[in-house]
Amino acid sequence: MTTLNSKIPEGPLAEKWNNYKAHQKLVNPSNKRKIDIIVVGTGLAGASAAASFGELGFQVKSFCYQDSPRRAHSIAAQGGINAAKNYPNDGDTIYRLFYDTIKGGDYKAREANVYRLATVSNDIIDQSVAQGIPFAREYGGLLANRSFGGAQVSRTFYARGQTGQQLLLGAYGALNRQIEAGTVKIYNRTEMMDLVIIDGKARGIVTRNLITGKIESHFGHAVVLATGGYGNLFFLSTNAMGSNGSAAWQAYKKGAFFANPCFVQIHPTCIPVHGDFQSKLTLMSESLRNDGRIWVPKNKEDAEAIRAGKLKPTEIPEENRDYYLERRYPAFGNLVPRDVASRAAKERCDAGYGVGTGKAVYLDFKSAIERLGEDKIRERYGNLFQMYEKIVDENPYKTPMMIYPAIHYTMGGIWVDYELMTTIPGLYAAGEANFSDHGANRLGASALMQGLADGYFVLPYTIQNYLADEIHTPRMNPAEVKEFKDAEEQVKNRIDKLMNIKGNRTVDSIHKELGHIMWEHVGMARTKEGLTEGIEKIRALRDVFWKEVKIPGTANGINLELEKANRLADFLELGELMARDALHREESCGGHFREEYQTEEGEALRNDKDFMYAAAWEYTGDHANPKLNKEILKYENIEVKVRNYK
Amino acid sequence: MNITVKVWRQKDANSKGNFESYKLNDITPDSSFLEMMDVLNEQLLAEGKEPVAYDHDCREGICGMCSMFINGRAHGPDTEITTCQLHMRKFKDGDTITVEPWRSGGFPIIKDLMVDRSAYDKILQAGGYISVNTGGVPDANAIPISKEASDEAMDAATCIGCGACVATCKNSSAMLFVAAKVSQLALLPQGKVEATRRAKAMIARMDELGFGNCTNTGACEVECPKGISITHIARLNREFLCAAVKE
Ligand SMILES: Cc1cc2nc3c(=O)[nH]c(=O)nc-3n(C[C@H](O)[C@H](O)[C@H](O)COP(=O)(O)OP(=O)(O)OC[C@H]3O[C@@H](n4cnc5c(N)ncnc54)[C@H](O)[C@@H]3O)c2cc1C
Ligand code: SF4
Ligand code: FES
Repeated sequence: MTTLNSKIPEGPLAEKWNNYKAHQKLVNPSNKRKIDIIVVGTGLAGASAAASFGELGFQVKSFCYQDSPRRAHSIAAQGGINAAKNYPNDGDTIYRLFYDTIKGGDYKAREANVYRLATVSNDIIDQSVAQGIPFAREYGGLLANRSFGGAQVSRTFYARGQTGQQLLLGAYGALNRQIEAGTVKIYNRTEMMDLVIIDGKARGIVTRNLITGKIESHFGHAVVLATGGYGNLFFLSTNAMGSNGSAAWQAYKKGAFFANPCFVQIHPTCIPVHGDFQSKLTLMSESLRNDGRIWVPKNKEDAEAIRAGKLKPTEIPEENRDYYLERRYPAFGNLVPRDVASRAAKERCDAGYGVGTGKAVYLDFKSAIERLGEDKIRERYGNLFQMYEKIVDENPYKTPMMIYPAIHYTMGGIWVDYELMTTIPGLYAAGEANFSDHGANRLGASALMQGLADGYFVLPYTIQNYLADEIHTPRMNPAEVKEFKDAEEQVKNRIDKLMNIKGNRTVDSIHKELGHIMWEHVGMARTKEGLTEGIEKIRALRDVFWKEVKIPGTANGINLELEKANRLADFLELGELMARDALHREESCGGHFREEYQTEEGEALRNDKDFMYAAAWEYTGDHANPKLNKEILKYENIEVKVRNYK
Repeated sequence: MNITVKVWRQKDANSKGNFESYKLNDITPDSSFLEMMDVLNEQLLAEGKEPVAYDHDCREGICGMCSMFINGRAHGPDTEITTCQLHMRKFKDGDTITVEPWRSGGFPIIKDLMVDRSAYDKILQAGGYISVNTGGVPDANAIPISKEASDEAMDAATCIGCGACVATCKNSSAMLFVAAKVSQLALLPQGKVEATRRAKAMIARMDELGFGNCTNTGACEVECPKGISITHIARLNREFLCAAVKE
């Protein structure tokens, strides 16, 4: 049995990372050339890691399922990236960023990791500017900042509403430079299908070429998974269509523990669902809450009239509007963290005050436009307003936006220690794929920070501590190694099995059904009964899938239905683990809200006595229950409190 | 609404393709163009036929993956958007909509509406970056950059690498795409240092990969979903001329 050792370095919090770096093992330059590292994923975490490894002199193989590394889902991030630069001189410090992140995560993240994250946050901004990322600037030529939820300082750097795009293109540029230099080899349109373990260590992966259908093996002295989050389990989410949990799930089945799968972030400001054919939900960046005010009608009759199309929001006078976030949380107002804002929206809509289809609230820029002028608002959010108008066909400069919460981000993921190593030696997880820094709720603009911290500034160090002992391991030729051949065989068998079901249900129809089950039972408000029922339903649906799914064509070439089916098969298992995790956690914290555990005012009620731990689930077989391992969380530098944004 | 879609079907890179027409009923005007394509694919699956292969991922106009020529225009009839942002309300009941892949020697068709745009990656590999390693860089505020320069660099940097400019250009020139990157980096002090070398390397790679020359027709600018302006091509030419003079 594996025991959890988080390998937190000795010393005071602020010194741990320096102590680690001072004492870790390194690989000398001539040996680096002899070492192969596999990096799956080319998002912020994967691209930055692969490029940095290449610069150091390692031989890197980099994989993504899209046609180019630049299209990884990170490209879609809008609002910004945090750093403790304190350029606005408004009182920010590394400690404050650390503190806000731990508190925002409802005290479910590891202190040492989060402190390191806050420390390197500043290096990321320096690096990005050196790469030519055109962050927003003031007239004096220095960098501009904006505010995000859960913070009382302005520490978010941004490039219009396309911060993720710009940061990713920076990392992609660095990756391209290494591809040109020959240290990185890129495999586009290639999906990881399995992880290969030899003598207890991660040694490579098996992939499927999405164009030819060919199953292939790749050797690495170490493997990094930077494959993003699993929010698409819910079918409708803000994630890209191809985002998936499969690589993480394969790792789990090979022995990597999966931590806190039930911690899912529901983002408060997304464009509401419009109909059954809908394929995805569009996020309206949290940065909009800097200037937008959220409200619903104060009177139910007004809400009903709006829903019936008899009244317009602009016709409702100020005194009849309920700015419920400002009312409930005067200290943070519209900038409360996401979990709090999402629940408050749901509460108002469930109580009958929703607008639109009844599942929507207003995000209104009227006062900001009056205060700053339309031009200023256009400069800040122009592309978001345009996006909204294209989708909804309404002009948000003239009438308030309608928004509703949607699945957005997964805090849960593969368990990693301080070095970002999983419970499998030589296997690392970075970015959204790991569970590390955001606890039960991620603050806005912190995912980009974490992905780049992991890839640029953490892994390039920590991976050497492992690889220093691997310099005598010769490169392997997978064609000659039994473990690789066996893994390939298994992948082929699974594909054959899927192709031969030849049922009459399409992949999407089953995926939509899974989404409904998840939203209903494992969504924003969870109960013991609901979760128990949800688990039964997921299992039943899994049987339906394996009996009735229909995949046309063959596996020897492009087969988009096969790709989707393969990912859905894993979601159908991961969904159950999520529900189990939610069922076992008898408390409410961050994105995990159990109706049984709330205060009289409807706020989340934690149970620190029994649940102050990260739940790391261990696979024990397809038909056996997973085993729960606990990483007890110790707070030595922060006083654990009830989260209060009032 | 009821529509007919005439779609290019091509089994693989080596096969000859042809148009197939499909009728679709009860499409809601609020659905996106790709959601309409999803409905078409569900219908084809129900009929036991192979669904239409097309590229897409983010479905919010930023990843640059979607790429369709719709009624003779890259990304369809609306302006400054990608195919995934196009909505069915832009069409009328009873319309026949023609959907083709990008057509350019630089982007070979792989299947149906999917094309191979890896040439774009190769152009950027030639020099579409600032040559700095991770770490050891100056403080982000060490060099002030005027807001104007920074904003203009950002305008160029919004290119999503979709390929509409190439697909629209009668010469299959990748000039707008190349210019966007060269211009972004040349506008910033950090990128200025190797601007000339960069322009030269990227243009050489573009030529090698078989893209055509730019004859300033300006068609690319009109179809670019991100409104990248051809003034960036002028800046590229300046950098390139510098390179030629220095030789
Ligand atoms: C709409 C939106 C807006 C956001 N805005 C912000 C923001 O403003 N600020 C912020 O901090 N965060 C934001 N986020 C969150 C943030 O963008 C993501 O958490 C982050 O970008 C994830 O980066 P990543 O590198 O971990 O993974 P990703 O960018 O998701 O990359 C995953 C990579 O893995 C590859 N991959 C996946 N599975 C496989 C497989 N089986 N085989 C091979 N390759 C595979 C993919 O091809 C891709 O290259 C936003 C998210 C969304 C959805
Ligand atoms: S310049 Fe415009 S059309 Fe060309 S690839 Fe970039 S975004 Fe697409
Ligand atoms: S699918 Fe990403 S731009 Fe259209």
